[in-house]
Amino acid sequence: MIRAHVLICGGTGCTSSGSQDIQKAFAENIESCGLSDEVKLVQTGCFGLCALGPVVIVYPDGTFYSRVTPEDVKEIVEEHLLKGRIVERLVYNDTGDEKVESANVALSDTAFYKSQNRVVLRNCGVINPENIDEYIAMDGYAALGKVLTEMTPDDVIKVVTDSGLRGRGGGGFPTGRKWALCAPNKADQKYVVCNADEGDPGAFMDRSVLEGDPHSVIEAMAIAGYAIGATQGFVYVRAEYPIAVKRLQIAIDQAREYGLLGKNIFDSGFDFDLHIRLGAGAFVCGEETALMTSIEGNRGEPKPRPPYPAVKGLFGKPTVENNVETFANIPQIILRGADWFASMGTEKSKGTKVFALGGNIEHTGLVEIPMGTTLRHIIYDIGGGIPGGKKFKAAQTGGPSGGCIPASLIDTEVDYDNLTAIGCMMGSGGLIVMDEDTCMVDMAKFFLEFTVDESCGKCTPCRVGTRRLLEMLDKITKGNGTLEDIDKLEELCHYIKQNSLCGLGQTAPNPVLATLKFFREEYVAHVKDKVCPAGVCKDLVSYTIEADKCKGCTKCARNCPVGAITGTIKNPHEINQTACIKCGACISNCPFGAIVKK
Amino acid sequence: MKSLAELQAIKDKMKDKVILREGVNDIRIVVGMATCGIAAGARPVLNTLVEEVNKEGLSDKVTVSQTGCIGLCQLEPIVEVFEAGKDKVTYVKMTSEKAKRVVEEHLKGGKVVNEYTVAGHKE
Repeated sequence: MIRAHVLICGGTGCTSSGSQDIQKAFAENIESCGLSDEVKLVQTGCFGLCALGPVVIVYPDGTFYSRVTPEDVKEIVEEHLLKGRIVERLVYNDTGDEKVESANVALSDTAFYKSQNRVVLRNCGVINPENIDEYIAMDGYAALGKVLTEMTPDDVIKVVTDSGLRGRGGGGFPTGRKWALCAPNKADQKYVVCNADEGDPGAFMDRSVLEGDPHSVIEAMAIAGYAIGATQGFVYVRAEYPIAVKRLQIAIDQAREYGLLGKNIFDSGFDFDLHIRLGAGAFVCGEETALMTSIEGNRGEPKPRPPYPAVKGLFGKPTVENNVETFANIPQIILRGADWFASMGTEKSKGTKVFALGGNIEHTGLVEIPMGTTLRHIIYDIGGGIPGGKKFKAAQTGGPSGGCIPASLIDTEVDYDNLTAIGCMMGSGGLIVMDEDTCMVDMAKFFLEFTVDESCGKCTPCRVGTRRLLEMLDKITKGNGTLEDIDKLEELCHYIKQNSLCGLGQTAPNPVLATLKFFREEYVAHVKDKVCPAGVCKDLVSYTIEADKCKGCTKCARNCPVGAITGTIKNPHEINQTACIKCGACISNCPFGAIVKK
Repeated sequence: MKSLAELQAIKDKMKDKVILREGVNDIRIVVGMATCGIAAGARPVLNTLVEEVNKEGLSDKVTVSQTGCIGLCQLEPIVEVFEAGKDKVTYVKMTSEKAKRVVEEHLKGGKVVNEYTVAGHKE
């Protein structure tokens, strides 16, 4: 009889920090302690606290062990599983205090989890994604059963419409309306496509859903198929997500074996089957028309719309395309009702949103919160604040297509419309937090480099325009810019936005426009005063030694990799500005704080 | 999968296997599993408790857990029952047979088995 479950995170984050070895060590130690009949070992999807990986949770008590190494496993098995004594030193403690009495912090008690409302991620970190029975135990495929036996396609579309669910891939188009536009179109074949080509730097929620709860996406796609009259589905997923691809394939095979995919599902006469298509990692293939072109076997390039995919999509047939996170909401909406879903969130943005927290933040990871949560709450209460006591400067949402939210707007309630109103974008949910040491011009340049690389080249405004933008930004960060350059930069941004063919080009200038809007003074400082206020742009920074503080210890000179520092022992040293490569090695090595960066 | 009944059957079969992960229940029954407890025979007691709780269909109400040394080593194996809003009950010198009665009378019936408690047991 099983009396304890050991859950080991098998998400990409924990896998890369060694969770496979830990699982092996657990298996061996449980065996050697003779506990094989009492303790069950389960590999799950991502728990969300990737910064603390590898993560292990022991139930029934819910003890949350973080940063476990294979050497720790023996102790956990012998102490906790055999003798019931919690290994306190490995238990995650988010209070920052000395270990308090009964420091048995369960995952659900941590500040990181308490404010979350897990709908999309409800099974991630709870079930074994490679076992369909565990998904079924958590009400899996009950929504599909309900739809096929009790509801008409119109009923399904009505529930989804009433719920207020909007596309989680970035655009925020109402999902119910998308389905309703496709449903009446007559054709011999229709398609449901799942967009799992998650390309924004720093976003990984779709990957986590596919890795942690692949069946929820399969179930939702079958429901969508029933609603619009499609019998065939494709999941377009990046080849860079090997664990997601593997688990999705296992899930599809299991669903087929159980007859939850295939012919005559639940004896209702409804047929639906799914196939995986691997993308080669082009950012533009996340754009829906380019994605469909790529599934057809062609080079991934967007097409002008109309015709919209609802009329003429994949292989020229009516198609509904939704993002992974959008789909993962569907089974819950069907089971718990449109009103339940609409009770979460704000007036025009219902439900929850998953954010991938990254950048200068304590708890890097995945969080799912109701729409309308303030940025301050996300960063300080859930994310644990900025490391090193630094000041918050801005948060970038929506990756290279989005914009930044400055510190002055930290109390913004995050939803689709509020973000659009401040010139930002929800995007797929990447949230990159930046502290006071970030140069906003440099940040805009970073995202422009990405879009220049990823532009497919089909239309001129995007292909040539983004490159010109990057050149101007480069000129500014090198200290060669003029005030006219800033005006030209802004003008070109608007031109690219208005004239590009697809979403990628239309949103590519956003990082520049948002930083110009909120941090124009930084641009001006770069061109007028030739300084980078954050001290990031190397060409505008110089290091000098203050003679009165320098004791002549020679430490800086010994650590300078290019020999740019000269001086004799016990006498103030000097930096040769033409030889200096501005690496900062001298500052971090000076014991007297005599070196200043300007 | 031809019917909802089939789906429900899988769900029922699996529910016991994942319920452990849903967090702590109203009633928590804890077995002392330090060296003293194990030496005195706590392991069969623990296993009996887990089996009986499942057999009686109490797994959605009762969590069986383990703990370290309570400090009354001469009275091991010790089993304690925690229930919200009620005083803790401590059973001492437990055996598999006694464990079965505790599940039957205390956990299921709501009546404390006085003769096994630390106050009621006879030397």
